[in-house]
Amino acid sequence: MQFMLLFSRQGKLRLQKWYVPLSDKEKKKITRELVQTVLARKPKMCSFLEWRDLKVVYKRYASLYFCCAIEHQDNELITLEIIHRYVELLDKYFGSVCELDIIFNFEKAYFILDEFLLGGEPQETSKKTVLKAIEQADLLQEDAECPRSILEEIGLT
Amino acid sequence: MPAVSKGDGMRGLAVFISDIRNCKSKEAEIKRINKELANIRSKFKGDKALDGYSKKKYVCKLLFIFLLGHDIDFGHMEAVNLLSSNKYTEKQIGYLFISVLVNSNSELIRLINNAIKNDLSSRNPTFMCLALHCIANVGSREMAEAFASEIPRILVAGDTMDSVKQSAALCLLRLYKTSPDLVLMGEWTSRVVHLLNDQHMGVVTAAISLITCLSQKNPDEFKTCVSLAVSRLSRIVSSASTDLQDYTYYFVPAPWLSCKLLRLLQCYPPPEDGAVKGRLVECLETILNKAQEPPKSKKVQHSNAKNAILFEAISLIIHYDSEPNLLVRACNQLGQFLQHRETNLRYLALESMCTLASSEFSHEAVKTHIETVINALKTERDVSVRQRAADLLYAMCDRSNAKQIVAEMLSYLETADYSIREEMVLKVAILAEKYAVDYSWYVDTILNLIRIAGDYVSEEVWYRVIQIVINRDDVQGYAAKTVFEALQAPACHENMVKVGGYILGEFGNLIAGDPRSSPLVQFNLLHSKFHLCSVPTRALLLSAYIKFINLFPETKATIQEVLRCDSQIRNSDVELQQRAVEYLKLSSIASTDVLATVLEEMPPFPERESSILAKLKKKKGPGAVSVPDLEDGKREGGELNGGGERGPDSAAMSASNASTPSPSADLLGMRSAAPMSAAPTSAGSLLVDVFSEAGPAAPSAAVNDDGFLSSAPPSEDPATLLSEADELLNKFVCKNNGVLFENQLLQIGIKSEYRQNLGRMYLFYGNKTSVQFASFTTTVSCPGELQSHILSILRATKPVEPVVEGGAQIQQVLNIECLTDFSEAPLLNIKFRYGGALQNLSLKLPVTINKFFQPTEMTSHDFFQRWKQLSQPQQEAQKIFKANHSMDTEVLKAKLLGLGTALLDDVDPNPENYVCAGVIQTKGQQVGCLLRLEPNGQAQMYRLTLRCSKDSVSLRLCELLAQQF
Repeated sequence: MQFMLLFSRQGKLRLQKWYVPLSDKEKKKITRELVQTVLARKPKMCSFLEWRDLKVVYKRYASLYFCCAIEHQDNELITLEIIHRYVELLDKYFGSVCELDIIFNFEKAYFILDEFLLGGEPQETSKKTVLKAIEQADLLQEDAECPRSILEEIGLT
Repeated sequence: MPAVSKGDGMRGLAVFISDIRNCKSKEAEIKRINKELANIRSKFKGDKALDGYSKKKYVCKLLFIFLLGHDIDFGHMEAVNLLSSNKYTEKQIGYLFISVLVNSNSELIRLINNAIKNDLSSRNPTFMCLALHCIANVGSREMAEAFASEIPRILVAGDTMDSVKQSAALCLLRLYKTSPDLVLMGEWTSRVVHLLNDQHMGVVTAAISLITCLSQKNPDEFKTCVSLAVSRLSRIVSSASTDLQDYTYYFVPAPWLSCKLLRLLQCYPPPEDGAVKGRLVECLETILNKAQEPPKSKKVQHSNAKNAILFEAISLIIHYDSEPNLLVRACNQLGQFLQHRETNLRYLALESMCTLASSEFSHEAVKTHIETVINALKTERDVSVRQRAADLLYAMCDRSNAKQIVAEMLSYLETADYSIREEMVLKVAILAEKYAVDYSWYVDTILNLIRIAGDYVSEEVWYRVIQIVINRDDVQGYAAKTVFEALQAPACHENMVKVGGYILGEFGNLIAGDPRSSPLVQFNLLHSKFHLCSVPTRALLLSAYIKFINLFPETKATIQEVLRCDSQIRNSDVELQQRAVEYLKLSSIASTDVLATVLEEMPPFPERESSILAKLKKKKGPGAVSVPDLEDGKREGGELNGGGERGPDSAAMSASNASTPSPSADLLGMRSAAPMSAAPTSAGSLLVDVFSEAGPAAPSAAVNDDGFLSSAPPSEDPATLLSEADELLNKFVCKNNGVLFENQLLQIGIKSEYRQNLGRMYLFYGNKTSVQFASFTTTVSCPGELQSHILSILRATKPVEPVVEGGAQIQQVLNIECLTDFSEAPLLNIKFRYGGALQNLSLKLPVTINKFFQPTEMTSHDFFQRWKQLSQPQQEAQKIFKANHSMDTEVLKAKLLGLGTALLDDVDPNPENYVCAGVIQTKGQQVGCLLRLEPNGQAQMYRLTLRCSKDSVSLRLCELLAQQF
């Protein structure tokens, strides 16, 4: 897989993961182009399209589009299920995930993705194992939590 | 803790994100962000040391701002500080920041690499994983340099935790992809292969991506993975759906791993080991069988996962292309999918069938689905699916269904999406040409293409129809008639005018007998379109007009009048003006004979790969175009058509084709110097594109009208001459030493050297028998004119001994002087008695004009200058001929050097071509010679062009050399 993008129906990018080295400019261009292409497609259309020399696999979940660019020899259907498994992971972790969860906890979305996919390839496909790794990390930080100032508590810093 | 923030609650971050979301405008957002950036900057710069938590929070805010699309130019150092925190979440945010905002600051990289190194050696698996994730996410060369040797060790170490192994495998994969040179194969590689046997499915899943990538690059080193992969696959395929616990996905056991295993096997040929192969075939059959079983779940995830494996299995079956049974089953399975209600499956089935169509085992099976595919082309609502259907029709096309498929594609074109029209046009044009049984169908098809989708008909397409019409005289009349009719439409596409102008200019005479298409009617029809056309088309039409004057003298007055009017002769466009002026002059000054020669019909185009195909390949990328080529492909097409591109300078070289516009980018810049430059110069860049690739290729009709195959120079020698005499001669054009002749009795060896216009030849006569040769005499004679050219020069220094003992060898020396250039070879006659019988044989002595070459080195600039100076038509000789010998570069170079000329590098813009220069030294004069040899590996043809300051030398060298390659 070359990259994965999550964007909203309004075209707002919510998550971007690049597995090939590209300049920021290129990334922005690709994002713009692809978001436009995918948003223009009608609901019943197929989930795959040829785009430049890549294959794009996308699926919409509620207000969010999940979109992966894969290489020619890669398998479209299994990529579709990579997307689905990622959605399941987010869903399980946040408990009925919605776009807001991903906005406010974007760093978690990245951490979960890193446990599931690394370098664009599946690292661990077991839902249990991935979530266990993430939850362990959460436990680690809760132990480490320390008291905070009153300003911090009300979010003013 | 707020509901939106789970786990690590950074309330400040949540508030900031809310603020941003509440911004009503872009300006407000930027304002809020700038305020936050100022705040963070002051915190970072402040005197008070920030605690880890605050640092983490601010770094996270910066990251958020960056991901919103704003630039971030600080905070890297704070992020790097977080890396060395002992708190997991701080470290984690630090790594995330670094991964997303890679910075090339070398000091930072050193610090980052240090932190990573510490974490890798920490023995804390969660820290190690974080560090590995970071390397995998960044994947830069610097990181490869620092860690490429360390990671394989972690990967195969016995005590590494499974989760770390998984990260290490994919981390290594990423480094291998970015810097393959830094990842050295070694002892670890064999241990990596054995990870396929690992108990932990997660480890296998991660490792197989690495193994697949490495196998592609080093197949031999990894070939043991085949049997391991087969047994792993077999275990998964035959497992019950619950055996693999959490690795079962919607009742499908380990779909990701299965797909990867099948993909890995596609890096290799079918297993040689019978048992392994049997097991694999069993797996593939099981997968195909499962596709027929009722689904275990109605969820789309179930069918997707199952079908993902099925498609991967079909890819493997196609890759092997050796199991007819499996191929046909695969085809039937895809056939079912073609009518599936899931669009995704229809799409994939069409795509996969495209590759099946190119297998001889399944081509016929694919063809049975033609109606379904045509239906898909007509009714699919999604353009990407229709595109796949069009691709498949193209792939399944052969002689039996070409007419149907082309007709369907043509009718689809009328409503096709703009995005795919050009490609469709190319495909129709290729199929129509390739499977044309009668060329009237081909002409009809292309004209229909222009009518339906004129805007999408690229130059290659209309060039090609012209090439084919010119090369096939059986279709010329039909083409003229059809194009004449097409032009009568009130609105016709400019491309139609181009084709019409060209074809009527060449072949209008074939329909001129009919009063409805009399010359004047034809001309008026063409000219009625003139004012609506662009400059290049007008230029082409002007050329057609001058051709008309030649074809139909009765149109001369009318056409001259048109040429003479101000809008032509004073046209503001230089090209049009020049043509009008020159054509007008040509038509008034030249006699009919001259006119007929200058404006003669175009000679046939040499056979080449279709430029359309080349264009399609370029469009789709190499490999993406599988030309349906099963039973009756290229050869036949090529043979029938004999079409091809013409070289750009042919127009200028050949005085006969005034209507071929020559490109302005003429390779050798001869255009301006060519004798006919006036008339034929160019329709601007009209034909440039298609021709530029081809390079010069056409025979100059005036010089050499036998076209493709040059015949050997005629032998004028009496019957005594050995039949292979010319072959002997040809053998020594590019070399000076060797065995000249040999039979059961006698062997004649030759050694020769040349300097300036002088040469010395040593002849060695060896008696191969044990009996002596008596009355041994040799005479050298120069037939005919040769007398005055080199006769005087050929003197044996002394007569040979009259007796040659058995097994002995005698030597004779000949001195040679070249008085003037010559084209015949001197004859050597040998007489002797062998056992009483008189032996008498004559051979040509390999003294050829090129022996007196002095190599001349020159620069590109000088070369072209001289080339232009030698622009008289008689000074040039050219031949196009089939390669008779290896086209290997080194062989060619050796031959050209053996010729005696200097082989010039970096002169010809096309590196495939060879350019040589030399001076032939005769007693009376020096003859400068330039040579250009253009190989076409694909067609196995050459074009050889010579320009010499003396006509006869050009001709002779051309004859001689055409036999050499």
